[in-house]
Amino acid sequence: MMLRIGCVMLVVNRGKGLGFFLTVMFLVLGTVIAGAQESFWPEGSYVWKVITLQTYNSRLVILSSALLGVASGMAGTFLLLRKRSLMGDALSHATYPGIGFGFLVMVLLGGDGKWLPGLLLGATSTGVLGVLMVVAIRNTTCLKNDAAMGIVLGVFFGFGAALMRMVSDLPGADAAGLDSFIYGTAASMVSSDFLLILLVTGGVCLASLLLLKEFTLVCFDEDFAASQGWPTLFLDLTMLGLVTAVTVVGLQAVGLVLIIAFLIIPATAARFWTDDLRVMLALAALMGGAGGWLGSSLSSLFMDLPTGAVIVLVSACIFVMSMLFGPARGVLPRALRHVRLRRKVGRQHLLRAIYEILEGQQPDVAEPIRNLPVDLAFLVAHRSWSLSELNLLLRRAQTEDHLEDAIEGQVRLSEAGFGEAARITRNHRLWELYLIRYADIAPSHVDRDADLVEHVLDAEVVGQLESELQGRPLSLEVPPSPHFIDQHAGS
Amino acid sequence: MKWDSLDTWTVVIGSFCAVACALPGCFLVLRRMSMMGDAISHAILPGLAMAFFLTHSRLTLVMFAGAICVGLLTAVFTQWISRFGKVDRGAAMGIVFTTLFAAGLILIRKTAKYVELDPACVLYGSLEYCVLDTFYLGGLEVPRAALSMGSVMIFNVLFTLLLFKELRVSSFDPLLADTQGISSNLVHYLLMAVVAVTTVAAFEAVGSIIVIAMLIVPPATALLLTSRLFNMLILSAILAILSAFAGHVGALVIPEMFGLRGTVSSGMMAVVAGFLFLIAWVLAPGEGLFFRLRRRNPGRGGKYSKLPEEEF
Repeated sequence: MMLRIGCVMLVVNRGKGLGFFLTVMFLVLGTVIAGAQESFWPEGSYVWKVITLQTYNSRLVILSSALLGVASGMAGTFLLLRKRSLMGDALSHATYPGIGFGFLVMVLLGGDGKWLPGLLLGATSTGVLGVLMVVAIRNTTCLKNDAAMGIVLGVFFGFGAALMRMVSDLPGADAAGLDSFIYGTAASMVSSDFLLILLVTGGVCLASLLLLKEFTLVCFDEDFAASQGWPTLFLDLTMLGLVTAVTVVGLQAVGLVLIIAFLIIPATAARFWTDDLRVMLALAALMGGAGGWLGSSLSSLFMDLPTGAVIVLVSACIFVMSMLFGPARGVLPRALRHVRLRRKVGRQHLLRAIYEILEGQQPDVAEPIRNLPVDLAFLVAHRSWSLSELNLLLRRAQTEDHLEDAIEGQVRLSEAGFGEAARITRNHRLWELYLIRYADIAPSHVDRDADLVEHVLDAEVVGQLESELQGRPLSLEVPPSPHFIDQHAGS
Repeated sequence: MKWDSLDTWTVVIGSFCAVACALPGCFLVLRRMSMMGDAISHAILPGLAMAFFLTHSRLTLVMFAGAICVGLLTAVFTQWISRFGKVDRGAAMGIVFTTLFAAGLILIRKTAKYVELDPACVLYGSLEYCVLDTFYLGGLEVPRAALSMGSVMIFNVLFTLLLFKELRVSSFDPLLADTQGISSNLVHYLLMAVVAVTTVAAFEAVGSIIVIAMLIVPPATALLLTSRLFNMLILSAILAILSAFAGHVGALVIPEMFGLRGTVSSGMMAVVAGFLFLIAWVLAPGEGLFFRLRRRNPGRGGKYSKLPEEEF
């Protein structure tokens, strides 16, 4: 069904912009759902039980995934703000040979090769080595960050694969299951794993809260932080340390390929909702946690779905929603703001044009301007409007009660509209005077320049302009235009 | 160490694959998009699964089509997210490829009844086994992978030679390319398609580890050694072949030294490529670490860049 709708949408949209984006998402979802139809859909009460942690089997996995999501959301926020998102990828791939090394060392020492803390220690050491290599390559060669990360990622991972195959042949050692670190096996989690994740999450939260001010400083202005005497290198390494900790404990649950999604997606999604780092941090933690919770619940409802992958898809849905609707930087709110501003500009242009025409029709400059009907032909000539554009503007102005009901071929401002037009023209003139006096802009050019900025003036700025321009007889009148207005421009 | 015709074929296929990757890889490194190779090689997974899901065939052409679609989608989505959402390019790339990869994992899990696409095999590949899948070509027993990788390599060589001027201009100065009537956007997506095709061909034959390593490491090494584009291409191809050969030898010799049975050749090829990079990093004439440290004043002459400053 979804698939069919998706295909129809594809035909309708013919591959354009945002619609196309949605269509493709739809197609992907449709395929996933069509694939899922073959398995059974669980009952509602069972779904509720799983989500609210009442089933013993899935409780541990869901809690661990949610905690991991919280920790990685917070650590990922700093990663994102430092513009190092893919560093997480290089790091997670670089942990792979470490697992092999850990196994090798433990087997050679005669222990059980699959003792988790040992494996994770190995993973941490090569992961850190990989990050240091990236930094070293970037700083001592002509290569940039991307190539440095690519090199470390490819070589370390290749080495890991080679090492893994070698140690799996070690006599007397059972290496089966070591490759689960690539894709992760959340379902096999035990309570000690949960405690480890709890510990790391607590540590990450504590460090983020205690060092919040310092981290913020380094994220936004590293040079300033250094000049203020903060140990930026140490703070930087601490941030990377948090990321490393999350990556390493996440290896077992989600695997080294997908852990980077845990780090990046919630943080990037949170960025769309706010411009405040503290809020962003909280939101990223919340979104990461929600993604982990929902995703792992879903994967325990459909037993054969890999947990990490489902969590990533749930987070991706959260991301798409945030990108579309996030109030601070989301696509739709931004588009809406843009449309509103364009309408405001159009309205102001129209009213000012009418006012200027009225001024031109005034025979005596000393007399106050009277509100007379204005010929449409004049109006069209005044700015380079097309007829349809003008009609649209007039219709909008009418619904806003700025215009009286249309007379054939003429328009007339209402009382409210006339006042508004005078105010707008006054703002424009003030701004022009300011630009001429303080920005050295020639009177012949000032109209266009003022046009670019005047629409965003609020009352406070206007007041400031007035006080700046003291000494001129401004009071509440509209000052005369500082330049010649060609009444027949464009005609 | 025992060497037989299978080993020769392994090295031949490995070299084909490495050269096929290194040529487009040069442009990835120059365009500062190295991680795009990693992203595409992960992201093609759902393309393969979808292609199979929709057509129920495992024809190579169908797989190629699926991979190209998803490879281009990765590039397009990344572009959109970073442009419309004003997100850092790296983060956008990371989001797109992990999401696609996750979708691919699920699709494969759902279709696993019909396909013998093993997720573990995606990354590892099986250079050792693909030499056993042979057919006769004019009386000679040739592995299928040699043919497919060979043709991809020839295609990539032709692509690089025929579009050399376009690739060069649009890599170093996309604006200049646009003013000269070469659509830098088109070249960008062509390059992405070539990377996707190379990745999927290599993925069928040898796994994607070798792709990720060979796309970036030999070109990066070559860039340390030369500052001419043509020399860089030739050098990276030579380094790629060298890594393939030495990597397989290493895979035979090193485990033997420790009394182990064997290891993954493609992994060792990546390791050798990394080793060659290390040598170039330290000893590259003029700008290797060795010369920089001897120069006493490492700041002088060391701070120039062969790469364009802006990211594409």
